[in-house]
Amino acid sequence: MKFLKPTLARLTYAALLLIAVLVLNFSMLHLAPGDVADTISQSMGGADAETMEQIRHDYGLDQPFVVQLGKYVWNVLHFDLGYSFFYNQPVTTLILERLPATLLLVITAQILALVVGVLLGVYSARKPNGLASHFVTLVALFGYAAPVFWTGLLLLIAFSLKIPLFPVAGMIDVTVEGNFFDYAFDIIRHMVLPVLTLSSIFLALYSRLCRASMMEVLGSDYIRTAKAKGLSEKKVVLKHALKNSLSPVVTLAGLQFSAVISGAVLVETVFSWPGLGTLALEAIIARDTPTILGILFFSALVVIVGNILTDMALRFIDPRVRK
Amino acid sequence: MGAAAALLALPIVQAPVQAEEPKAGGTLIVGMQNTPRHLNPAVQSGTATGFPGAQLFAAPIRYDDDWTPQPYLAKSWDISDDGLTVTLHLQENATFHDGEPIKSSDVAFSLKTIKENHPFKTMFAPVESVDTPDEHTAVLNLSQPHPALMLAMSSQLMAIIPEHVYGDGQDPKSHPQNSHDVVGSGPFKLVEHKPGEHIILEKYDGFFMEGRPYLDKMVIRIIKDCSARTIALENGEIHMTSFESLARNINRLKKNENLTATPEGYAAIGPLDWLAFNTAAGKTADVNVRKAIAYAIDRNFILNAILLGTADEAKTGIHPGSPLYNANVESYDVDLDKANQILDDAGYAKGDDGMRFSLNIDFGWPSMKANAEYTKAALKKVGIDVNVRASADFPTWAKRVSNHDFDMTWDTVFNWGDPVIGVHRTYQSTNIKKGVIWSNTQSYANARVDELLEMAGKEADSAKRAALYAEFQEIVANEVPVYWTNTLPYHTVYNNSVGNPPLGIWSTSSPMDKTYLK
Repeated sequence: MKFLKPTLARLTYAALLLIAVLVLNFSMLHLAPGDVADTISQSMGGADAETMEQIRHDYGLDQPFVVQLGKYVWNVLHFDLGYSFFYNQPVTTLILERLPATLLLVITAQILALVVGVLLGVYSARKPNGLASHFVTLVALFGYAAPVFWTGLLLLIAFSLKIPLFPVAGMIDVTVEGNFFDYAFDIIRHMVLPVLTLSSIFLALYSRLCRASMMEVLGSDYIRTAKAKGLSEKKVVLKHALKNSLSPVVTLAGLQFSAVISGAVLVETVFSWPGLGTLALEAIIARDTPTILGILFFSALVVIVGNILTDMALRFIDPRVRK
Repeated sequence: MGAAAALLALPIVQAPVQAEEPKAGGTLIVGMQNTPRHLNPAVQSGTATGFPGAQLFAAPIRYDDDWTPQPYLAKSWDISDDGLTVTLHLQENATFHDGEPIKSSDVAFSLKTIKENHPFKTMFAPVESVDTPDEHTAVLNLSQPHPALMLAMSSQLMAIIPEHVYGDGQDPKSHPQNSHDVVGSGPFKLVEHKPGEHIILEKYDGFFMEGRPYLDKMVIRIIKDCSARTIALENGEIHMTSFESLARNINRLKKNENLTATPEGYAAIGPLDWLAFNTAAGKTADVNVRKAIAYAIDRNFILNAILLGTADEAKTGIHPGSPLYNANVESYDVDLDKANQILDDAGYAKGDDGMRFSLNIDFGWPSMKANAEYTKAALKKVGIDVNVRASADFPTWAKRVSNHDFDMTWDTVFNWGDPVIGVHRTYQSTNIKKGVIWSNTQSYANARVDELLEMAGKEADSAKRAALYAEFQEIVANEVPVYWTNTLPYHTVYNNSVGNPPLGIWSTSSPMDKTYLK
């Protein structure tokens, strides 16, 4: 139970941090000129002064800043993220509706990137100066350097337009009818391109990191010992070296999982994927403060929980961290 | 030889195409860029709500491809000689989507709701009361003749909503049934609405027009990214989109032989691009400066180099597609000598650096950045140093312009049918209202213009009305509070398998009961 102890302190910090995130975000959004009354009037093609006042009054925007902030923090402490100005729906509902789509996209992309990245990393670490290794490095760097929306659009042109294998937009074809498997197949068809696009960034990270740590491990004494006692190359790499070289990769993956929303915004927009990313973008354009704050709050929560879990995992795995 | 062959071929090409018989059935898939807040056009204007809204809710009147009103939910109407009473005779077999009959009391209720909640207050301002002598007759009593009423009773502007649903005491602006379980009166009923994702509509079997709509189903998919919409049109994943405005994509889609891209259908929506001036403060308060700027800017450069030939010129504040448009006004075709002359005569001498003075320019939409950059280059030639001010987003820009903190700004403004609804607001001195975007943010005031607009607003005789608006356009063109350049290049793009696409004056903000799939 030793590894739980420092976590209690961290939980307190986390709670304080969340409140700070709330207050900071709220204040920063308040500083920006203009508000949701402007964007609503824009979406209506113009409104008169009376209507604008009414909108501000309805959403409590005519109250003093401190009152608005106080009310908001009070509500969040009661697990109420408020009502979306733009959609007139509870923010919690909006977020929970969009969450599964984002999780499906991000987790699939992460797993794909992790598996393929580690395989490529291991492969290229064995012969670091070989042609294949350079090729892996090149592909990885390209995936990392290319803007993700551009990768997405190129994939769309290639595999939706020129060779029409996959659909262009959305998560499910609303005209599809049939049983569970028909729907599942349809969703998988829609997933292929966005998952490939999103994993292209992570793939580069993981393969580079795995390659580097694998090379380090392969040069260490105990590997030489293992080789000296006559183990096969395959056994040395997969059983002895891989296990030890994975820990930085796992740490990075833990951190990346926290970045659920940031990574998905662009990909979701290009592919019209109905997740949190598109919701965040729409909310920002519409100045829908409660929705923006809700998503930011939620992201902060995910990051903090992710970090605590990674910490706990590391304490559990590696005795040296516990001290 | 080639010309002769072409001449010979001409009659064959022009042979009348056999009118096709519309086919019933099928699912039309439409792509849409903007997310509607909800689906009830009685309390939310704008084209995003207008598209699904006009399918879900019927209006008393409809317009197709010209400006003649046609019967819709009102099978006929009478206007009294003094223009103060308008009597609507409603369809007798019309029902809401829950099967309840559509009564004159629903018309009265809808009008009251719109008057109280819709942002376009001028639409029904003169309507004082609605009498309902029987279930199928609604009598609108007006305080003055109101020719704008016909357009205001069409399209998405006067959705007939059921009193037994929306009159339950909840605030109609945030009524839960604006988004879900919508009970409409139009050709299609709501099956599913996932905000920001899709809207699924289905043919309403009890629709009051026999045999309509032709389509079984309509799916509206929200695809925000313009390139993704273009690819989806090209590979046939969606049948149609409307309000496409990116010139490069339009031109690309025009080349596709399976698709048709047309600017037809936006005359009543009437979107105009223009350069607005602050006429109350700074150098632009001088009419000579405004004229010189107008002469220095080449409208054709904007039309050809920025918009790549996808838009038309617009010389006044009324859309060229409107019968009230007056093309015989000062059009400020580019003339640099004249621009320099005007500035010299007005006493703005060039300094040592060749510049006379400097001005800020804003732009309301990211797409208009090119216009702003071009203006900077164009005005440099006449010695005006222009500083391009970018805004982080729409509210930032709206705050600046609506608080009159600007010299000049590029903007896009819609006519919304009758000039009373979307044109007067820009020029009436009574509408100089700080803090309200798309009011008279130019602070333009001219007593004769105020008078002309007031008279035109209640002139029942259409010839006399047109004359009043013609004079208005002439005066405003001479004083240039706004330099109008072009119509927005809105295009409707549809697969050639779509029959009767919505190309009337209201584009997709009109009922698509006649649209079918071949």
